[in-house]
Amino acid sequence: MPKVAERAAVAAKYKPGERVRVRKSAPLGHIRTPFYIRGQVGEIERLCGAFPNPEELAQMRSGLPAQPLYRVRFKQKDVWPDYRGPDSDVVEIEIYQHWLEKA
Amino acid sequence: MIERGHHDMGGLPAGKVERSEHDYPEWQRRVDAMVQILRLAGRITVDELRKNIEGLPPAAYDKLEYYEKWVSSLTQTLIQRGLISTDELGRKMEEVEKRAKGG
Repeated sequence: MPKVAERAAVAAKYKPGERVRVRKSAPLGHIRTPFYIRGQVGEIERLCGAFPNPEELAQMRSGLPAQPLYRVRFKQKDVWPDYRGPDSDVVEIEIYQHWLEKA
Repeated sequence: MIERGHHDMGGLPAGKVERSEHDYPEWQRRVDAMVQILRLAGRITVDELRKNIEGLPPAAYDKLEYYEKWVSSLTQTLIQRGLISTDELGRKMEEVEKRAKGG
C-alpha cells in the first residue's frame, strides 16, 4: 500500500482550535464515529493525517481519496449531562472529516 | 431505521471488567495468525472484519467470546471475498465433525 503522502487525499478543511459539530446521522454500514458523540460540539485538537475511508474499506472498496482524520476534543460535561468529574475533563476521539461540520 | 448499532455501546453500563491475565488456547492463536497473514497479504482488511463482527445478531454478539467473534467474522469475510465457498466450508465442517467422532 502506498504511503499516506502518495495517496490521493481530500484537502483538510479544519485547523486546530476550530469548533466543529459531529453530524447527527445514523446510516447503515460500518461506521467509526461512536453513537454517543454524534451531534456534539468539540474543538479540533490536531490533524492526524489522511487515511482511506474505513466505511468504504469495509465494503471491499479502496476508500480513496483518503479522508482527513482529526483528533477532536470534547468536554466530558457536554457529552454526559450527569458527569461528576472536574469541568476540565475532556474526551478525545478520532473522527473523519466527512463526519464534521463547522459549529 | 437503526439508531445505534448493538456493538456501539460506549457510555452504556458494562458490568464488571475482568482484569486477570489468562493464556490463549491454541485455536485462538491460530485465528489471530490467520487474520494477520491474510491482512498482510492484502486479501482482507480489518475494516471488513469489523463490519462482519458488527453484523452478528445481538444475542450472538453478547454470547460469543472475543476470538469466537473473530473466527465467525473471518469466515464471513473469506466467503464474501470468494476465498472459500459456503458449500466447501459446510462439507469440510461435516468431515471434521465425523473425524472427531472417530467415524
